[in-house]
This record gives sequence, structure tokens and C-alpha cells, in this order.
Amino acid sequence: MTHIDVQKIRQDFPILGEKIRGKDLVYLDNAATCQKPQAVIDSIVHLYSHDYANVHRGVHTLSVRSTDKFEGARTKVKNFINAASEKEIIFVRGATEAINLVAQSYGKANIKAGDEIVITAMEHHSNIVPWQMLCEQTGAVLKVAPINLHGELIYDEFEKLLSDKTKLVSVVHMSNALGTINPVEKIIAAAHAKNIPVLLDGAQAIPHMTVDVQKLDCDFYVFSGHKLYGPAGIGVLYGKQALLEAMPPYQGGGDMIRKVTFEETEYNALPYKFEAGTPSIADVVGLGAAIDYLSAIGMDNIAAHEAELLAYATEKARKIKGLRIIGEAEHKGAILSFVLDKIHPHDIGTMLDSLGIAVRAGHHCAMPVMDFFKVPATARASFALYNTKNEIDVLMKGIESLIEVFG
Amino acid sequence: MFDELRDLYQEVIFDHNRNPRNFRVMENADRQVEGFNPLCGDRLTLFLKMDGDVIVDASFQGSGCAISTASVSLMTEIIKGKTEAEAEELFKQFHEMTTGKDEQINLEAVGKLAVLAGVREYPARVKCATLAWHTLDAALKNEQKSISTE
Repeated sequence: MTHIDVQKIRQDFPILGEKIRGKDLVYLDNAATCQKPQAVIDSIVHLYSHDYANVHRGVHTLSVRSTDKFEGARTKVKNFINAASEKEIIFVRGATEAINLVAQSYGKANIKAGDEIVITAMEHHSNIVPWQMLCEQTGAVLKVAPINLHGELIYDEFEKLLSDKTKLVSVVHMSNALGTINPVEKIIAAAHAKNIPVLLDGAQAIPHMTVDVQKLDCDFYVFSGHKLYGPAGIGVLYGKQALLEAMPPYQGGGDMIRKVTFEETEYNALPYKFEAGTPSIADVVGLGAAIDYLSAIGMDNIAAHEAELLAYATEKARKIKGLRIIGEAEHKGAILSFVLDKIHPHDIGTMLDSLGIAVRAGHHCAMPVMDFFKVPATARASFALYNTKNEIDVLMKGIESLIEVFG
Repeated sequence: MFDELRDLYQEVIFDHNRNPRNFRVMENADRQVEGFNPLCGDRLTLFLKMDGDVIVDASFQGSGCAISTASVSLMTEIIKGKTEAEAEELFKQFHEMTTGKDEQINLEAVGKLAVLAGVREYPARVKCATLAWHTLDAALKNEQKSISTE
């Protein structure tokens, strides 16, 4: 059952009409970044053509228009993830910067030598390295909850890691390398029972499902705009207001202050306290346009469409001899990571590219996951709302042909 | 189906990928250096046996894509019997062939390595082909450590 009119949606994405090496583009690298609908592109062009000036600064008309659009986008983000207030929406460069902000601001203020931070074995490097840096600075210890061969968190082992020493849990909502969707409600409940705050890395999850931060009751939620059909270079840190209020600023500069003298500085209120410097105004507006676009289609409809694509692709992939799927969690988003017998993922990537098919080949910034599955890299097809079953057929036919060529 | 890839994936490359030459650990190696391409996870260990400045034996271990496996396999064949200076000159020629702007390939200088000339059209794959040679370069300079293409 199709929940959305894919052919109509495809018309909204100009890049999908591109020819790659003479073939129709089959774009299956959505977990790396999504393509942009015309509405997002237009919103940026329109801002620069008609409304652009710096925000929160001038009394002149353009500054007011620009500020209205910028703050309007913040409200859209707030509504999209159902935050309680715009004060809880901090614009940053991406999920990576958001995690670094929490590590350096919340972390440095609240985590000390001997304390523990719990992550999982399926994290992206961006949810590993900022904590390693914090641990190096503070003497805290990073604890890693293990995964099983399906690519699922071993929940009992995770829970055993929670103790009086645990000061933060930071886990991925949906894995970019495996597609696994973590049982985040359970994780949050268990952590909160011990008064431990939880950060969810939502970079992968956010384009695939409805996210309600109040229902989840997570303390921080981070995501990037470019994986949500919006511009690159913009992302969001959601944090509960009380936590953000208590946190020291991350960077100093303009916009984050209320009053500056050479003796002392009074910081601005939320969310501006964490937004030093002129922000990426057009990208914020573009993100707002992406959210409008997705909301009109409906995240639940998108999730249903992608679930159908994943089931179809998985069934087809299982029939290919010599193909091994990496990541077969029961709860999984639209990502198909795989390896082929005796054919390196980079060869798969180049060969599929010659057919117009874009997949990712590599370690997906999750080297520990590759080590766990004892593969140097995987090939990964990741699906978005504009992908079709026909494209999956093209992919599978391509895989079968390249297996033949390698012999 | 993959007609336009014929320049990149020549039959010789498939052959060396299926049956890499000199794929063994060398117990009494004089030089041993590891090469690593963090982008794709290609990893190889190169072993050299020297007699003065002549490479008398070369072998390797590791795993990588077809291009990198074929490249190191071909390299271990071609450098045997070469002096260090001759091997460095080959590296220069190979580098020129895979990254250079010059349309003409100096076939006389590169010999059967010419099968790898196709990578110049695929910038993302150049490092796959050159990893072996960067590792050799480190080995010849007697750098007993890992080298990385990044």
C-alpha cells in the first residue's frame, strides 16, 4: 500500500532528473545526506533576493523581515519535534557541533574525574570523540554498551552500566551504519530512574519518523538539517530549558551577550546564549522550509513508505548469493548495509556508480562497528521518501551483474 | 553492463585480485612497512628483502579493493631485481600516470603497470592504486612505521 504519491514527490526534487554517466540517477546515499526539494532551494533564493539582512540587530525593515523568518523557522523546529518552548531550540552547525556543545558546556560543568559517560557500540564517531575529548580533559571514563550480531543493543548489558558514577547517557536514536532503531524510551526511563540525563543523537532518526521530545522525555536531542532535506551547515540542539539555563555558554561573541564591559559580561537569555556570532540565516530559513515540506506530507506517511522500501530491498537482497546484510535488527530504519563475498565495497561503489546508482562505500564514520562485524567497510543503500521499488530493482540487478563480472 | 568501466577494471586487474602474486609473509624481511587507507579501510603490509641497494624479494599481506590488491600485486612483481633508485623512479612514473595531466602514458617506463592508468579518470580511486607505492616509498626510506594515504 502506497501512502504517498512518490512520482509527484520526485517532481519536487530537481536533482533527481540528473543523468549520471548517461544513466538515470538512482540516489541511495540518503543516510549521508538527502537531496533538497525545490521549496527549500526557493526559500533560500527568496531570502537572499528579497529579505536578507542580519538578524536581531537593526531596526531597518530588512533586518526585521530577516529576523521574522529566522525566528519563524525556530518555531517550526519547535513544533516539529514538539519542544515546550523556542528557548529550547539552539541553532548549531549540525548534530556534531550540538554534541560537542553539550560535552564542552554541560559536560565540563557537571562531569568530573571518575564519573562515567555511557554510549553504545554502534555510535557514529561524532558521538564517541567529543566524549573521549571530555574524558581526557576531566578524567571521566567512557563506558560502551555492547551490541549483538544483529546489530542490536544488548539492553541488559546497557542497564548494568548505569550506576551512581554515570553522569550522562548519550546514545544514537537510529544507527547510520546498521539502521538499528534503539529502544530509546526504555533507555531514557532506566537512566532517569537513576537521575541520569540522556542525549539522543537523532541525526539519522529525524528524517524517518515522528520525533516528540516531550513524549520521549529525552534531555537533549540533536540533529542535522542536511539529513532532513534541508541545507547543510545547520543543525539543532534541543535541550530541556532548565538544563540549558544552568549550562555555561559554549562560545563567546556577538548575539550571546546582553551587556559587555571590559570588566564583565552578562550573557543573553536562551536560546541566544548559545548562538554566538551571525548565524547561518538562510540555512535556518531553508530548514524551516524543509520542515514545512515534510509536515505537509506527514512523517508517519514517510515512515510507512520507507518501511515498505526497506522490506522490499531486504527480501531481494537476501536472495542474492554471496550477499551478507550487516545490521538485521528487528527495529530498523531504511538502511541496507551489506558486503559481498570477495568484492570490496569500494569496487561495489564504483561499479554501481557507472550504472547511475549512488551508494556509500566505506566505514560510515563508525569504525568500531566495522571492527565488530570484522569487515573493513560496507556498501550502504539508504532510502528516502522519494525512492521507489523500481530503483531498488535497478540496484539489485546492478549487484547481481557486478558479482558476475568479478566472477 | 559495465562497458565504460573497462578502462578501470581490465582483465589483468581481476586476475591479480583473484590470484594476488607474492601474497605471503616474508619471515626474514629486511624492511616491513604497513600502509593504510583510512577512507576505505585498505590495509597492507609490505615486506622487502634487500641485497645492498637491490630489492631481491618483495611480498605483501593485507586486504583491500580490487584496484589496491592488483596494484600491490603488480608492484611486488615489477620491483624485484630493481635498485632503490630504479624503484623510486618507477614510483615517480606511476604517480605521474595515475595523477598527471599528461595525456600520454610513458609505456616504456611503466610497462605492465599501464593497466592501472584508468584510475586517473576516477579521482576517488587514485589512492587505492597509489597506496602500495607510498608504502614502498616509506620502506625504501627505511621508515619502519605505518603510513597512511590521508
